[in-house]
Amino acid sequence: MNWFTKLLPSRIRTDASGKKSIPEGIWTKCDSCSAVLYRAEIERNMNVCPKCNYHMRVGARWRLEHFLDDEERVEIGENLKPVDALKFRDLKKYKDRLNQAQKATNENDALIVMQGRLKNIPLVAAAFEFRFMGGSMGSVVGERFVRGVNRAAEQQVPFICFSASGGARMQEALFSLMQMAKTSAALAYLAKQGVPYISVMTDPTMGGVSASLAMLGDINVAEPNALIGFAGPRVIEQTVRETLPEGFQRSEFLLEHGVIDMIVDRRDMRDRLANLLAMMTHKPTP
Amino acid sequence: MNLNFLDFEQPIAELEAKIEELRYVGSDNEINISEEINRLQSKSRELTESIFSSLKSAQVAQLARHPQRPYFLDYVERVFTDFEELHGDRAFADDLAIVGGMARLEGRPVMIIGQQKGRDTKEKVRRNFGMPRPEGYRKAKRLMEMAERFKLPVLTFIDTPGAYPGVGAEERGQSEAIARNLFVMSELKTPIISTVIGEGGSGGALAIGVCDRLMMLQYSTYSVISPEGCASILWKSAEKAAEAAEAMGLTAQRLHELGLVDHIINEPLGGAHRDMDTMAEHLKNALLDSLDRLDAIPLDKLLDQRYQRLMQYGNFTE
Repeated sequence: MNWFTKLLPSRIRTDASGKKSIPEGIWTKCDSCSAVLYRAEIERNMNVCPKCNYHMRVGARWRLEHFLDDEERVEIGENLKPVDALKFRDLKKYKDRLNQAQKATNENDALIVMQGRLKNIPLVAAAFEFRFMGGSMGSVVGERFVRGVNRAAEQQVPFICFSASGGARMQEALFSLMQMAKTSAALAYLAKQGVPYISVMTDPTMGGVSASLAMLGDINVAEPNALIGFAGPRVIEQTVRETLPEGFQRSEFLLEHGVIDMIVDRRDMRDRLANLLAMMTHKPTP
Repeated sequence: MNLNFLDFEQPIAELEAKIEELRYVGSDNEINISEEINRLQSKSRELTESIFSSLKSAQVAQLARHPQRPYFLDYVERVFTDFEELHGDRAFADDLAIVGGMARLEGRPVMIIGQQKGRDTKEKVRRNFGMPRPEGYRKAKRLMEMAERFKLPVLTFIDTPGAYPGVGAEERGQSEAIARNLFVMSELKTPIISTVIGEGGSGGALAIGVCDRLMMLQYSTYSVISPEGCASILWKSAEKAAEAAEAMGLTAQRLHELGLVDHIINEPLGGAHRDMDTMAEHLKNALLDSLDRLDAIPLDKLLDQRYQRLMQYGNFTE
């Protein structure tokens, strides 16, 4: 404290670090346009920046709770837990990475599946938790996905998946690669039952998840400006040795190249998907 | 350093060099040194056996990528007859990193599809180092669906570092092409046998690898990501590739122990490239045996088994 601030009455003094004095959780900054925003307002706006439309990443449970109707939500496969069958160890043990992720997210693994309703249309919906080891797909993710698909097939109700994942989980080695085949086979079975599957790709959807369950929707949807692709942009840049064009592998780029059917704003997601599903299942406009 | 030998084979290379030298001397002089040559040859064999009996995962990975390792077309000419290559995906291009067509195996018509690497620089570039683009996977799918229509068994041969990470590949839907193959192969109404003959690199390998029976050559590898890729992500350094290879358990032996691979096809002493003809014979016998096994299963049961096989992949508790 210098002589001037010492002279000031304590209520006029301000903390020099600035940031600390703002109570945590009330204000937040948009990662895209840096606008300072009132957190409750963003939350009401489905975690979309009201200034620039940036779709912030959201958790799996938050996603499903805000997508499904409030009533009659039942979780599927919630007791499935990952095991470290290979005793995998890189800089850390896989076991420790799992513990850490479980503590940080309060989830057992990176996919949550729920049966419920969307504007009164019964369905099963799944969502990836990106904060859980990058939403990576291991055995539990594959098994929960399949159980969700099976429930949808049994009850002849549509299946929806919100993906957000870096790809296969390296710590489960070839077992995680095989989850690509497992989930894709389950979707082939679902298609044979004549049950609709809508895949919603959110930021980011890459690698093994993109190259299996995410691309196999009867309808492929993406949120605006999500990074979606097989190889990561850095890997491609190193391979082709040139800078990638602006917007490469973003939702708008995929729409232009015919990979996805549509881009849907998160705030319209319930309305648009309900509208699609109602037509696919011969129901009146919701 | 003899480039025909990998770093861990250098002791063998030195012995072989000595044998060559003696032969040269032998033909020059009249001294009988054949006994000495024989002695060294059996020593070389013993040394090879001992080195190859305890290979590290990283060394197996080196063998799987050996520059002289037989590629798909080397086997095609030795195992099959009447091969007719079929080209193109009917939409965009013919991807030379995947070769496919009809051929006969001991007289029986089959559809064969495999990833192809190149031997010299020009051929390597032409084959894109065995890294397929979406049109390669779509060609494979077209041929598999044709095989289904004409009741031909599908035999696939995996040898790729992975699907090509390029701008055009992404623009044309690399992810969708791979995903679609997994989807189609899971319910293709004809037997599918997949054999990893070299590198089984990730989704790019699996995209022709959903099958009723999975075989691996003894020194081939199959993994979710290359050891270098895994090391650079998890260890933050590609130099830890050897450790990553060990941790992922990408060898035929380890994957067989884990129940992910049905059968290991033995390679000649020192690896497939030391004796291509013998290797091709082993491969042919394994294919015939696999076909016999699958022939014995009615189609609907075969499809059911394939589905159950896919569904049981994974480890978890509940």
